[in-house]
Amino acid sequence: MAKGTILIDEDRCKGCELCTTVCPFGLVHIANHFNAKGYRPSTLVDPEGKCTGCTLCARICPDVAITVYREGV
Amino acid sequence: MERKVVFAKPEALTDAPTHYCPGCTHGVVHRLIAEVIDKLGIREITIGIAPVGCAVLAYNYFNLDVAEAAHGRAPAMATGLKRVQPDKVVFTYQGDGDLAAIGTAEIVHAASRGENITTIFINNAVYGMTGGQMAPTTLPGQVTTSTPFGRDVKIAGYPLRVAELIATTSGAAYVVRRMVTKPATIASAKKAIKLAFQAQRAELGFSLVEILSSCPTNWGLNPREALEWVEENMAAYYPLGDYKVIDEVKSLK
Repeated sequence: MAKGTILIDEDRCKGCELCTTVCPFGLVHIANHFNAKGYRPSTLVDPEGKCTGCTLCARICPDVAITVYREGV
Repeated sequence: MERKVVFAKPEALTDAPTHYCPGCTHGVVHRLIAEVIDKLGIREITIGIAPVGCAVLAYNYFNLDVAEAAHGRAPAMATGLKRVQPDKVVFTYQGDGDLAAIGTAEIVHAASRGENITTIFINNAVYGMTGGQMAPTTLPGQVTTSTPFGRDVKIAGYPLRVAELIATTSGAAYVVRRMVTKPATIASAKKAIKLAFQAQRAELGFSLVEILSSCPTNWGLNPREALEWVEENMAAYYPLGDYKVIDEVKSLK
């Protein structure tokens, strides 16, 4: 399994939660804090390193807030 | 282990955050167009025409030349730009209020003349910017701020199926309908947008991609429910599909 991770630009995020609905491992959640716009941004919770960098969360994001990385591509 | 970027903001989008509501699929379609422009390497020769409606500020978001047309007149402006600069790639980005109400004449005649331009048509079944009033594309029975008891077809008539209408024009080369509700349908929409731009580059005639979109704010649904509503209700009245694909476009695939 490929290893990956995502970087969420919190200040672009509007907390629409669509990314949380498509992650195959349920790793994307809504944070408990607010961003500069007043939205609760999405955040990656991946303590076991399950993210594969599949890009699904980024592909449904309407705000291009997610950059996806994969190791050893 | 070295890590590489496998998904990032396309070059054809600026860094400006959009003004669209949370969960609005305008942002997804903007990105798809930008990705296609990057992929085809046509950013320096592409001209977009922004509409009136929620996407009126699209010129702030596309990192390319974008002109702003009077309400509904984007296809007329695109016609002029393309005819004097045939080497450019010209596309219009229009919502259902712009394209299917005030601009119906322009789009029908641009398609009928076979103008070598591309139109990306966002159908979200409501007037978004002005406060959620009934659009020509509002579904029968759909509640909007101007149809509080649901659209009554005896009074307000029936919704317009734009892709089917445009597909009847002889000048159209590529007319399809897609939606952007999940990663698979988004990928399909991107392919259609790419083919529409390729058809223009190959000088095959008018191309239109209708995209069923969501309007969570005016529908009174959360973004996830809104996408489900698109799949369950909009796709039932507006079936996805390829309504006109001339043989020359098929061979581009």
